[in-house]
Amino acid sequence: MNELVVISGKGGTGKTSLLASFAVLAENAVLADCDVDAADLHLILAPTVRERHEFWSGHEAVVNEEDCINCGICVEPCRFDAVSQVRTETGESTYRIDPVACEGCGVCVHVCPVEAIDFPERLSGHWMVSDTRAGPMVHARLGAAAENSGKLVTTVKQAARQLAKDQRRDLVLVDGPPGIGCPVIAAIGGATAVLIVTEPTVSGLHDLERVLKLARHFGVESHVCVNKWDLNPARTAEIEDMALAAGAKPAGRVRYDPAVTRAQIGTRAVVETDAPSATDIRKVWDALTLVHQGENA
Amino acid sequence: MKLAIASGKGGTGKTTLAVNLALAADRAVLLADCDVEEPNDHLFFPALEWSEQVIDWPLPEVDEALCDGCGECSDFCQYNALISFGTVPYISPDLCHGCGGCQLICPKKAITETSRRIGVVKTAAMEHVSLIEGRGDIGSTLTPSLIRAVKTKASAAGLSILDAPPGTSCPMITTLQGSDFAVLVTEPTPFGLNDLQLAVDAVRELGLPFGVVINRAGSGDDRVLDWCRDNQITVLAEIPEDRRIAEAYSRGEALVTTLPEYRDLFAGILEKVGA
Repeated sequence: MNELVVISGKGGTGKTSLLASFAVLAENAVLADCDVDAADLHLILAPTVRERHEFWSGHEAVVNEEDCINCGICVEPCRFDAVSQVRTETGESTYRIDPVACEGCGVCVHVCPVEAIDFPERLSGHWMVSDTRAGPMVHARLGAAAENSGKLVTTVKQAARQLAKDQRRDLVLVDGPPGIGCPVIAAIGGATAVLIVTEPTVSGLHDLERVLKLARHFGVESHVCVNKWDLNPARTAEIEDMALAAGAKPAGRVRYDPAVTRAQIGTRAVVETDAPSATDIRKVWDALTLVHQGENA
Repeated sequence: MKLAIASGKGGTGKTTLAVNLALAADRAVLLADCDVEEPNDHLFFPALEWSEQVIDWPLPEVDEALCDGCGECSDFCQYNALISFGTVPYISPDLCHGCGGCQLICPKKAITETSRRIGVVKTAAMEHVSLIEGRGDIGSTLTPSLIRAVKTKASAAGLSILDAPPGTSCPMITTLQGSDFAVLVTEPTPFGLNDLQLAVDAVRELGLPFGVVINRAGSGDDRVLDWCRDNQITVLAEIPEDRRIAEAYSRGEALVTTLPEYRDLFAGILEKVGA
Protein backbone atom coordinates (compact mmCIF):
# COMPACT_ATOMS: atom_id res chain seq x y z
CA MET A 1 0.00 0.00 0.00
CA ASN A 2 1.28 3.47 -0.85
CA GLU A 3 0.57 6.61 1.07
CA LEU A 4 0.94 10.15 -0.26
CA VAL A 5 0.60 13.04 2.20
CA VAL A 6 0.07 16.57 0.91
CA ILE A 7 1.49 19.19 3.31
CA SER A 8 2.65 22.77 3.01
CA GLY A 9 4.41 24.40 5.95
CA LYS A 10 2.63 27.67 5.22
CA GLY A 11 -1.16 27.43 5.23
CA GLY A 12 -3.46 28.36 2.38
CA THR A 13 -1.13 27.36 -0.45
CA GLY A 14 -3.66 25.05 -2.11
CA LYS A 15 -3.20 21.64 -0.44
CA THR A 16 -6.89 20.78 -0.35
CA SER A 17 -7.61 22.02 -3.90
CA LEU A 18 -4.79 19.80 -5.17
CA LEU A 19 -5.75 16.82 -3.06
CA ALA A 20 -9.40 16.94 -4.17
CA SER A 21 -8.18 16.75 -7.77
CA PHE A 22 -5.84 13.85 -6.96
CA ALA A 23 -8.76 12.07 -5.31
CA VAL A 24 -10.74 12.32 -8.54
CA LEU A 25 -7.76 11.22 -10.67
CA ALA A 26 -6.82 8.25 -8.47
CA GLU A 27 -8.56 5.02 -9.34
CA ASN A 28 -8.43 3.00 -6.19
CA ALA A 29 -7.66 5.24 -3.24
CA VAL A 30 -8.88 5.86 0.29
CA LEU A 31 -8.92 9.54 1.26
CA ALA A 32 -7.94 10.89 4.67
CA ASP A 33 -8.47 14.51 5.72
CA CYS A 34 -5.85 14.98 8.43
CA ASP A 35 -6.24 18.76 8.65
CA VAL A 36 -8.47 18.12 11.64
CA ASP A 37 -8.31 21.74 12.89
CA ALA A 38 -9.81 23.18 9.75
CA ALA A 39 -10.98 20.31 7.56
CA ASP A 40 -12.19 21.42 4.12
CA LEU A 41 -11.98 18.43 1.80
CA HIS A 42 -15.62 17.54 2.54
CA LEU A 43 -16.68 20.87 1.02
CA ILE A 44 -15.54 19.63 -2.39
CA LEU A 45 -16.26 15.91 -2.13
CA ALA A 46 -19.69 16.17 -0.41
CA PRO A 47 -19.39 12.96 1.61
CA THR A 48 -22.27 10.76 2.77
CA VAL A 49 -21.38 9.82 6.34
CA ARG A 50 -21.60 6.06 6.98
CA GLU A 51 -20.02 5.83 10.45
CA ARG A 52 -19.49 8.43 13.13
CA HIS A 53 -17.17 7.79 16.10
CA GLU A 54 -16.48 9.78 19.24
CA PHE A 55 -12.87 10.80 19.79
CA TRP A 56 -12.00 10.54 23.47
CA SER A 57 -8.54 11.70 24.21
CA GLY A 58 -6.73 12.13 27.47
CA HIS A 59 -8.22 13.53 30.64
CA GLU A 60 -9.01 16.92 32.08
CA ALA A 61 -8.67 18.01 35.67
CA VAL A 62 -11.79 19.49 37.27
CA VAL A 63 -11.92 20.91 40.83
CA ASN A 64 -14.86 19.66 42.83
CA GLU A 65 -15.66 22.94 44.58
CA GLU A 66 -17.61 21.31 47.42
CA ASP A 67 -14.60 19.25 48.48
CA CYS A 68 -11.93 21.91 47.83
CA ILE A 69 -10.44 23.21 51.11
CA ASN A 70 -8.93 26.21 49.38
CA CYS A 71 -5.32 25.31 50.29
CA GLY A 72 -3.85 26.27 46.92
CA ILE A 73 -1.32 23.43 46.87
CA CYS A 74 -2.32 22.61 43.28
CA VAL A 75 -1.27 26.00 41.87
CA GLU A 76 2.50 25.88 41.96
CA PRO A 77 3.16 22.38 40.51
CA CYS A 78 1.09 23.09 37.37
CA ARG A 79 3.59 23.81 34.59
CA PHE A 80 0.85 25.02 32.24
CA ASP A 81 -0.47 27.86 34.46
CA ALA A 82 -3.91 26.28 34.32
CA VAL A 83 -4.93 26.63 37.99
CA SER A 84 -6.15 29.91 39.42
CA GLN A 85 -7.96 31.19 42.47
CA VAL A 86 -11.47 32.48 41.77
CA ARG A 87 -14.57 33.57 43.67
CA THR A 88 -17.73 31.48 43.42
CA GLU A 89 -21.15 33.05 42.89
CA THR A 90 -21.65 33.12 46.65
CA GLY A 91 -18.41 35.07 47.11
CA GLU A 92 -16.33 32.22 48.52
CA SER A 93 -12.82 31.61 47.36
CA THR A 94 -11.99 28.40 45.47
CA TYR A 95 -9.66 27.11 42.75
CA ARG A 96 -10.52 26.43 39.16
CA ILE A 97 -8.70 24.74 36.30
CA ASP A 98 -8.84 26.35 32.90
CA PRO A 99 -9.89 23.47 30.60
CA VAL A 100 -8.17 25.12 27.67
CA ALA A 101 -4.76 25.53 29.33
CA CYS A 102 -4.93 22.11 31.05
CA GLU A 103 -2.77 19.54 29.26
CA GLY A 104 -4.28 16.68 31.28
CA CYS A 105 -1.06 15.59 33.02
CA GLY A 106 -2.70 14.75 36.37
CA VAL A 107 -0.13 16.47 38.62
CA CYS A 108 -2.78 18.56 40.42
CA VAL A 109 -4.93 15.45 40.93
CA HIS A 110 -1.93 13.78 42.57
CA VAL A 111 -0.92 16.66 44.86
CA CYS A 112 -4.42 17.55 46.13
CA PRO A 113 -4.45 16.51 49.82
CA VAL A 114 -8.24 15.95 49.94
CA GLU A 115 -8.85 14.30 46.53
CA ALA A 116 -10.98 17.23 45.44
CA ILE A 117 -9.85 17.14 41.80
CA ASP A 118 -11.68 14.82 39.39
CA PHE A 119 -9.96 13.52 36.26
CA PRO A 120 -12.61 12.55 33.69
CA GLU A 121 -11.86 11.53 30.12
CA ARG A 122 -12.21 14.29 27.58
CA LEU A 123 -14.43 14.18 24.47
CA SER A 124 -12.23 16.06 22.00
CA GLY A 125 -14.06 15.58 18.73
CA HIS A 126 -15.50 13.11 16.24
CA TRP A 127 -14.22 11.15 13.28
CA MET A 128 -16.26 9.83 10.40
CA VAL A 129 -16.05 7.25 7.63
CA SER A 130 -17.87 8.42 4.52
CA ASP A 131 -18.52 7.65 0.87
CA THR A 132 -17.68 10.19 -1.80
CA ARG A 133 -17.76 10.17 -5.61
CA ALA A 134 -13.95 9.81 -5.46
CA GLY A 135 -13.90 6.86 -3.07
CA PRO A 136 -14.19 6.28 0.67
CA MET A 137 -12.98 9.05 2.97
CA VAL A 138 -12.04 9.27 6.64
CA HIS A 139 -12.34 12.73 8.15
CA ALA A 140 -12.74 14.38 11.53
CA ARG A 141 -13.90 17.37 13.45
CA LEU A 142 -11.96 18.55 16.47
CA GLY A 143 -14.07 20.12 19.22
CA ALA A 144 -13.86 23.93 19.54
CA ALA A 145 -10.73 24.87 21.49
CA ALA A 146 -9.86 21.19 22.00
CA GLU A 147 -6.35 19.80 22.04
CA ASN A 148 -4.61 16.60 21.03
CA SER A 149 -5.10 17.17 17.33
CA GLY A 150 -1.96 15.04 16.76
CA LYS A 151 -3.71 12.02 18.24
CA LEU A 152 -6.82 12.65 16.15
CA VAL A 153 -4.62 12.80 13.03
CA THR A 154 -3.15 9.42 13.97
CA THR A 155 -6.66 8.01 14.51
CA VAL A 156 -7.84 9.22 11.08
CA LYS A 157 -4.75 7.83 9.36
CA GLN A 158 -4.98 4.44 11.01
CA ALA A 159 -8.67 4.16 10.12
CA ALA A 160 -7.88 5.06 6.48
CA ARG A 161 -5.13 2.45 6.28
CA GLN A 162 -7.40 -0.21 7.74
CA LEU A 163 -10.12 0.69 5.24
CA ALA A 164 -7.62 0.43 2.38
CA LYS A 165 -6.58 -3.00 3.62
CA ASP A 166 -10.17 -4.21 4.02
CA GLN A 167 -11.26 -2.96 0.60
CA ARG A 168 -8.00 -3.98 -1.15
CA ARG A 169 -7.23 -0.43 -2.18
CA ASP A 170 -3.60 0.32 -2.95
CA LEU A 171 -3.32 4.02 -2.14
CA VAL A 172 -4.07 6.30 0.82
CA LEU A 173 -4.22 10.00 -0.10
CA VAL A 174 -3.80 12.27 2.91
CA ASP A 175 -4.66 15.98 3.16
CA GLY A 176 -2.22 17.17 5.82
CA PRO A 177 -2.28 20.08 8.27
CA PRO A 178 -0.14 23.24 7.91
CA GLY A 179 2.90 23.92 10.09
CA ILE A 180 5.66 21.64 11.34
CA GLY A 181 4.33 20.72 14.80
CA CYS A 182 2.73 17.61 16.27
CA PRO A 183 -0.22 17.27 13.83
CA VAL A 184 2.16 17.38 10.85
CA ILE A 185 4.57 14.93 12.47
CA ALA A 186 1.61 12.59 13.07
CA ALA A 187 0.43 13.03 9.46
CA ILE A 188 3.74 12.18 7.77
CA GLY A 189 4.69 9.20 9.98
CA GLY A 190 5.02 6.04 7.86
CA ALA A 191 4.15 7.78 4.55
CA THR A 192 5.60 6.64 1.21
CA ALA A 193 6.18 10.27 0.26
CA VAL A 194 5.05 13.81 0.94
CA LEU A 195 4.09 16.42 -1.62
CA ILE A 196 4.86 19.88 -0.29
CA VAL A 197 2.72 22.58 -1.90
CA THR A 198 4.25 26.03 -1.68
CA GLU A 199 3.91 29.42 -3.35
CA PRO A 200 6.57 31.74 -4.76
CA THR A 201 6.62 34.21 -1.87
CA VAL A 202 9.19 35.00 0.81
CA SER A 203 6.96 33.22 3.34
CA GLY A 204 6.49 30.24 1.02
CA LEU A 205 10.25 29.86 0.61
CA HIS A 206 10.95 30.32 4.32
CA ASP A 207 8.28 27.82 5.40
CA LEU A 208 9.31 25.29 2.73
CA GLU A 209 12.84 25.28 4.11
CA ARG A 210 11.54 24.35 7.55
CA VAL A 211 9.07 21.71 6.39
CA LEU A 212 11.75 20.08 4.16
CA LYS A 213 14.00 19.81 7.21
CA LEU A 214 11.17 18.16 9.09
CA ALA A 215 10.54 15.62 6.31
CA ARG A 216 14.27 14.83 6.21
CA HIS A 217 14.37 14.56 10.01
CA PHE A 218 11.76 11.80 9.75
CA GLY A 219 13.28 10.23 6.61
CA VAL A 220 10.28 10.77 4.29
CA GLU A 221 10.75 11.19 0.53
CA SER A 222 9.75 14.75 -0.51
CA HIS A 223 8.32 16.26 -3.68
CA VAL A 224 7.72 19.97 -4.13
CA CYS A 225 5.08 21.71 -6.23
CA VAL A 226 4.90 25.51 -6.66
CA ASN A 227 1.34 26.82 -6.81
CA LYS A 228 0.60 30.23 -8.42
CA TRP A 229 4.13 30.01 -9.83
CA ASP A 230 3.66 32.86 -12.32
CA LEU A 231 3.10 35.35 -9.48
CA ASN A 232 6.90 35.49 -9.18
CA PRO A 233 8.79 33.32 -11.74
CA ALA A 234 12.23 34.19 -10.34
CA ARG A 235 11.25 33.09 -6.84
CA THR A 236 9.70 29.90 -8.28
CA ALA A 237 13.05 28.99 -9.82
CA GLU A 238 14.77 29.82 -6.54
CA ILE A 239 12.37 27.52 -4.66
CA GLU A 240 12.91 24.64 -7.08
CA ASP A 241 16.70 25.00 -6.81
CA MET A 242 16.45 25.02 -3.06
CA ALA A 243 14.22 21.92 -3.08
CA LEU A 244 16.68 20.04 -5.31
CA ALA A 245 19.62 21.05 -3.13
CA ALA A 246 17.72 19.74 -0.10
CA GLY A 247 17.20 16.35 -1.78
CA ALA A 248 13.54 16.88 -2.75
CA LYS A 249 12.13 16.39 -6.24
CA PRO A 250 10.34 19.21 -8.08
CA ALA A 251 6.89 17.90 -9.06
CA GLY A 252 5.81 20.74 -11.31
CA ARG A 253 4.15 24.12 -11.28
CA VAL A 254 0.52 25.21 -11.13
CA ARG A 255 -0.44 28.59 -12.56
CA TYR A 256 -2.31 31.40 -10.73
CA ASP A 257 -5.91 30.72 -11.73
CA PRO A 258 -9.07 32.46 -10.41
CA ALA A 259 -11.02 29.44 -11.73
CA VAL A 260 -9.74 27.45 -8.72
CA THR A 261 -11.98 29.53 -6.43
CA ARG A 262 -14.88 29.16 -8.89
CA ALA A 263 -14.45 25.37 -8.85
CA GLN A 264 -14.55 25.46 -5.03
CA ILE A 265 -17.74 27.55 -5.08
CA GLY A 266 -19.25 25.00 -7.51
CA THR A 267 -18.30 22.06 -5.20
CA ARG A 268 -16.05 20.64 -7.91
CA ALA A 269 -12.44 19.51 -7.91
CA VAL A 270 -10.37 21.68 -10.27
CA VAL A 271 -9.83 18.72 -12.67
CA GLU A 272 -13.60 18.27 -12.90
CA THR A 273 -13.82 21.73 -14.54
CA ASP A 274 -12.25 23.30 -17.62
CA ALA A 275 -10.05 25.57 -15.45
CA PRO A 276 -6.74 26.25 -17.24
CA SER A 277 -4.80 25.05 -14.18
CA ALA A 278 -6.45 21.59 -14.42
CA THR A 279 -3.81 20.70 -17.04
CA ASP A 280 -1.04 21.71 -14.61
CA ILE A 281 -2.55 19.62 -11.81
CA ARG A 282 -2.79 16.53 -14.07
CA LYS A 283 0.92 16.95 -14.84
CA VAL A 284 1.78 17.10 -11.13
CA TRP A 285 -0.24 13.91 -10.59
CA ASP A 286 1.64 12.22 -13.45
CA ALA A 287 4.96 13.35 -11.97
CA LEU A 288 3.99 11.46 -8.82
CA THR A 289 3.20 8.18 -10.66
CA LEU A 290 5.97 6.31 -8.86
CA VAL A 291 4.48 7.33 -5.53
CA HIS A 292 0.91 6.27 -6.27
CA GLN A 293 1.69 3.24 -8.42
CA GLY A 294 5.08 2.28 -6.99
CA GLU A 295 6.14 -1.19 -5.98
CA ASN A 296 4.61 -0.94 -2.52
CA ALA A 297 1.20 -0.93 -4.19
CA MET B 1 -4.53 46.51 24.50
CA LYS B 2 -3.73 43.01 23.30
CA LEU B 3 -5.05 42.40 19.81
CA ALA B 4 -4.83 38.85 18.45
CA ILE B 5 -4.90 38.15 14.71
CA ALA B 6 -6.21 34.66 13.99
CA SER B 7 -7.94 32.46 11.43
CA GLY B 8 -9.13 28.89 11.18
CA LYS B 9 -7.75 28.47 7.69
CA GLY B 10 -4.09 29.07 6.93
CA GLY B 11 -2.91 31.50 4.28
CA THR B 12 -5.80 33.93 4.63
CA GLY B 13 -3.58 36.92 5.41
CA LYS B 14 -2.86 36.91 9.17
CA THR B 15 0.76 37.93 8.64
CA THR B 16 -0.22 40.64 6.16
CA LEU B 17 -2.73 42.03 8.62
CA ALA B 18 -0.50 41.81 11.70
CA VAL B 19 2.52 43.41 10.01
CA ASN B 20 0.54 46.20 8.34
CA LEU B 21 -1.50 47.00 11.46
CA ALA B 22 1.77 47.37 13.37
CA LEU B 23 3.23 49.63 10.67
CA ALA B 24 0.05 51.70 10.40
CA ALA B 25 -0.13 52.36 14.17
CA ASP B 26 0.63 55.95 15.15
CA ARG B 27 2.49 54.97 18.33
CA ALA B 28 4.85 52.37 19.76
CA VAL B 29 3.58 48.85 19.16
CA LEU B 30 4.74 45.39 20.09
CA LEU B 31 4.32 42.77 17.37
CA ALA B 32 4.51 39.20 18.71
CA ASP B 33 4.77 36.41 16.12
CA CYS B 34 3.21 33.44 17.91
CA ASP B 35 3.18 31.24 14.80
CA VAL B 36 6.26 29.51 16.17
CA GLU B 37 6.07 26.64 13.67
CA GLU B 38 6.35 28.99 10.71
CA PRO B 39 7.13 32.56 11.87
CA ASN B 40 6.94 35.00 8.94
CA ASP B 41 6.47 38.51 10.34
CA HIS B 42 10.23 39.14 10.36
CA LEU B 43 10.40 38.69 6.57
CA PHE B 44 8.76 42.10 6.21
CA PHE B 45 11.32 43.87 8.41
CA PRO B 46 14.65 43.67 6.57
CA ALA B 47 18.04 43.93 8.27
CA LEU B 48 16.95 43.47 11.84
CA GLU B 49 19.45 43.12 14.65
CA TRP B 50 18.23 40.28 16.78
CA SER B 51 18.87 39.29 20.32
CA GLU B 52 18.03 35.70 20.99
CA GLN B 53 17.09 33.68 24.04
CA VAL B 54 17.11 29.87 24.01
CA ILE B 55 13.96 28.35 25.52
CA ASP B 56 14.43 25.11 27.43
CA TRP B 57 11.78 22.85 28.83
CA PRO B 58 12.14 20.13 31.49
CA LEU B 59 12.83 16.49 30.62
CA PRO B 60 13.08 13.71 33.21
CA GLU B 61 16.26 11.75 33.83
CA VAL B 62 16.40 8.47 35.79
CA ASP B 63 19.18 7.54 38.20
CA GLU B 64 19.50 3.85 37.39
CA ALA B 65 21.23 3.12 40.70
CA LEU B 66 18.17 4.32 42.64
CA CYS B 67 15.40 3.02 40.33
CA ASP B 68 13.90 -0.31 41.37
CA GLY B 69 11.68 -0.61 38.30
CA CYS B 70 8.40 -0.26 40.20
CA GLY B 71 6.79 1.34 37.13
CA GLU B 72 4.76 3.97 39.02
CA CYS B 73 6.12 6.72 36.76
CA SER B 74 5.03 4.78 33.70
CA ASP B 75 1.53 4.27 35.16
CA PHE B 76 1.25 7.97 36.00
CA CYS B 77 2.44 9.45 32.69
CA GLN B 78 -0.58 10.45 30.59
CA TYR B 79 1.53 10.79 27.45
CA ASN B 80 3.26 7.36 27.47
CA ALA B 81 6.55 9.23 27.57
CA LEU B 82 7.97 6.81 30.14
CA ILE B 83 7.52 3.09 29.60
CA SER B 84 8.60 0.55 32.19
CA PHE B 85 8.22 -3.23 32.09
CA GLY B 86 9.39 -3.78 35.64
CA THR B 87 12.59 -2.12 34.49
CA VAL B 88 14.24 1.28 34.48
CA PRO B 89 11.78 3.33 32.35
CA TYR B 90 12.51 4.13 28.74
CA ILE B 91 11.94 7.87 28.09
CA SER B 92 10.60 9.29 24.78
CA PRO B 93 11.38 13.03 24.74
CA ASP B 94 9.03 13.55 21.74
CA LEU B 95 6.03 12.48 23.81
CA CYS B 96 7.00 14.19 27.10
CA HIS B 97 5.15 17.42 27.95
CA GLY B 98 7.53 18.17 30.84
CA CYS B 99 4.76 18.20 33.46
CA GLY B 100 7.05 16.97 36.26
CA GLY B 101 4.60 14.30 37.41
CA CYS B 102 7.03 11.38 37.19
CA GLN B 103 9.47 13.18 39.47
CA LEU B 104 6.71 13.84 42.01
CA ILE B 105 5.43 10.28 41.93
CA CYS B 106 8.72 8.31 42.11
CA PRO B 107 8.89 6.64 45.56
CA LYS B 108 12.67 6.15 45.29
CA LYS B 109 13.42 9.77 44.31
CA ALA B 110 15.24 8.32 41.31
CA ILE B 111 13.92 10.89 38.83
CA THR B 112 15.42 14.34 38.43
CA GLU B 113 14.97 16.83 35.63
CA THR B 114 17.33 17.96 32.99
CA SER B 115 16.29 20.23 30.12
CA ARG B 116 16.02 20.13 26.37
CA ARG B 117 15.83 22.97 23.88
CA ILE B 118 12.41 23.57 22.30
CA GLY B 119 13.19 26.74 20.37
CA VAL B 120 14.20 30.38 20.69
CA VAL B 121 12.51 33.69 21.38
CA LYS B 122 14.04 36.51 19.35
CA THR B 123 13.54 40.25 19.73
CA ALA B 124 14.37 43.19 17.50
CA ALA B 125 13.20 46.77 17.06
CA MET B 126 12.59 48.94 14.01
CA GLU B 127 11.22 52.47 14.21
CA HIS B 128 8.08 52.27 16.36
CA VAL B 129 7.71 48.47 16.10
CA SER B 130 9.26 46.03 18.58
CA LEU B 131 9.16 42.55 17.12
CA ILE B 132 9.16 39.41 19.24
CA GLU B 133 9.30 36.08 17.49
CA GLY B 134 9.12 32.50 18.72
CA ARG B 135 10.81 29.91 16.54
CA GLY B 136 10.32 26.25 17.38
CA ASP B 137 13.10 23.74 16.78
CA ILE B 138 12.43 21.27 13.96
CA GLY B 139 10.83 18.12 15.37
CA SER B 140 9.71 19.77 18.62
CA THR B 141 6.08 19.12 19.54
CA LEU B 142 5.88 21.52 22.49
CA THR B 143 4.38 24.40 20.51
CA PRO B 144 2.11 25.74 23.32
CA SER B 145 4.98 25.92 25.82
CA LEU B 146 7.06 27.99 23.40
CA ILE B 147 4.09 30.27 22.66
CA ARG B 148 3.70 30.87 26.41
CA ALA B 149 7.38 31.90 26.50
CA VAL B 150 6.76 34.41 23.67
CA LYS B 151 3.74 35.81 25.48
CA THR B 152 5.63 36.20 28.75
CA LYS B 153 8.24 38.23 26.90
CA ALA B 154 5.52 40.23 25.13
CA SER B 155 3.57 41.28 28.20
CA ALA B 156 3.85 45.04 28.15
CA ALA B 157 1.58 48.01 28.55
CA GLY B 158 0.44 49.80 25.38
CA LEU B 159 -0.59 48.16 22.14
CA SER B 160 0.45 44.56 21.41
CA ILE B 161 -0.47 42.70 18.24
CA LEU B 162 -0.25 38.91 18.41
CA ASP B 163 0.00 36.96 15.16
CA ALA B 164 -1.58 33.56 15.93
CA PRO B 165 -0.87 30.21 14.28
CA PRO B 166 -3.62 28.87 11.96
CA GLY B 167 -6.23 26.39 13.14
CA THR B 168 -8.42 26.20 16.21
CA SER B 169 -6.49 23.84 18.48
CA CYS B 170 -3.93 24.30 21.25
CA PRO B 171 -1.40 26.63 19.52
CA MET B 172 -4.13 29.07 18.38
CA ILE B 173 -5.96 28.94 21.71
CA THR B 174 -2.76 29.42 23.72
CA THR B 175 -2.06 32.57 21.71
CA LEU B 176 -5.56 34.01 22.12
CA GLN B 177 -5.90 33.46 25.86
CA GLY B 178 -5.67 36.73 27.75
CA SER B 179 -6.19 38.89 24.63
CA ASP B 180 -8.65 41.77 24.66
CA PHE B 181 -9.91 41.37 21.10
CA ALA B 182 -9.54 38.88 18.26
CA VAL B 183 -9.50 39.81 14.59
CA LEU B 184 -10.44 36.79 12.47
CA VAL B 185 -9.12 36.93 8.92
CA THR B 186 -10.89 34.98 6.20
CA GLU B 187 -11.53 34.71 2.47
CA PRO B 188 -14.85 34.96 0.61
CA THR B 189 -14.86 31.26 -0.34
CA PRO B 190 -16.48 28.01 0.90
CA PHE B 191 -13.22 27.02 2.68
CA GLY B 192 -12.92 30.51 4.12
CA LEU B 193 -16.45 30.46 5.55
CA ASN B 194 -16.19 26.93 6.95
CA ASP B 195 -12.93 27.71 8.74
CA LEU B 196 -14.22 31.10 9.94
CA GLN B 197 -17.17 29.34 11.58
CA LEU B 198 -14.72 27.03 13.41
CA ALA B 199 -12.64 30.02 14.53
CA VAL B 200 -15.78 31.84 15.75
CA ASP B 201 -16.71 28.75 17.82
CA ALA B 202 -13.23 28.82 19.37
CA VAL B 203 -13.22 32.56 20.26
CA ARG B 204 -16.73 32.25 21.68
CA GLU B 205 -15.50 29.36 23.83
CA LEU B 206 -12.83 31.76 25.13
CA GLY B 207 -15.38 34.54 25.60
CA LEU B 208 -13.39 37.03 23.54
CA PRO B 209 -14.91 39.94 21.63
CA PHE B 210 -14.04 39.66 17.95
CA GLY B 211 -14.54 41.03 14.45
CA VAL B 212 -13.87 39.76 10.94
CA VAL B 213 -11.60 40.99 8.14
CA ILE B 214 -12.35 39.61 4.67
CA ASN B 215 -9.22 39.35 2.56
CA ARG B 216 -9.19 38.98 -1.25
CA ALA B 217 -12.69 40.45 -1.31
CA GLY B 218 -14.16 40.04 -4.78
CA SER B 219 -12.32 36.80 -5.57
CA GLY B 220 -15.20 34.57 -4.43
CA ASP B 221 -18.82 35.24 -3.52
CA ASP B 222 -20.90 36.90 -0.78
CA ARG B 223 -21.33 33.91 1.53
CA VAL B 224 -19.00 35.24 4.26
CA LEU B 225 -20.60 38.70 4.25
CA ASP B 226 -24.11 37.18 4.34
CA TRP B 227 -23.23 34.82 7.17
CA CYS B 228 -21.65 37.63 9.24
CA ARG B 229 -24.72 39.81 8.71
CA ASP B 230 -27.14 37.00 9.63
CA ASN B 231 -25.16 36.32 12.80
CA GLN B 232 -24.61 39.97 13.83
CA ILE B 233 -20.85 39.68 13.45
CA THR B 234 -18.95 42.89 12.69
CA VAL B 235 -16.97 42.98 9.46
CA LEU B 236 -14.13 45.37 10.30
CA ALA B 237 -12.75 45.69 6.78
CA GLU B 238 -12.50 44.11 3.37
CA ILE B 239 -9.11 43.97 1.67
CA PRO B 240 -9.77 43.75 -2.06
CA GLU B 241 -8.40 41.06 -4.39
CA ASP B 242 -5.53 42.96 -6.00
CA ARG B 243 -2.73 41.17 -7.81
CA ARG B 244 -0.36 44.00 -6.79
CA ILE B 245 -0.88 43.00 -3.14
CA ALA B 246 -0.01 39.35 -3.91
CA GLU B 247 3.09 40.45 -5.83
CA ALA B 248 4.30 42.83 -3.11
CA TYR B 249 3.80 40.03 -0.58
CA SER B 250 5.73 37.60 -2.77
CA ARG B 251 8.69 40.01 -2.69
CA GLY B 252 8.53 40.46 1.08
CA GLU B 253 7.35 44.07 0.92
CA ALA B 254 4.95 45.52 3.48
CA LEU B 255 1.72 46.63 1.86
CA VAL B 256 1.50 50.05 3.57
CA THR B 257 4.98 50.88 2.25
CA THR B 258 4.57 49.66 -1.34
CA LEU B 259 0.91 50.62 -1.79
CA PRO B 260 0.40 53.56 0.65
CA GLU B 261 -3.24 53.94 -0.47
CA TYR B 262 -3.99 50.99 1.84
CA ARG B 263 -2.62 52.66 4.99
CA ASP B 264 -6.00 54.18 5.93
CA LEU B 265 -7.67 50.77 5.71
CA PHE B 266 -5.33 49.37 8.40
CA ALA B 267 -5.45 52.50 10.56
CA GLY B 268 -9.25 52.27 10.31
CA ILE B 269 -9.24 48.72 11.70
CA LEU B 270 -7.19 49.83 14.72
CA GLU B 271 -9.66 52.63 15.31
CA LYS B 272 -12.69 50.34 15.03
CA VAL B 273 -11.37 47.86 17.59
CA GLY B 274 -10.53 50.73 19.96
CA ALA B 275 -6.78 50.13 19.93
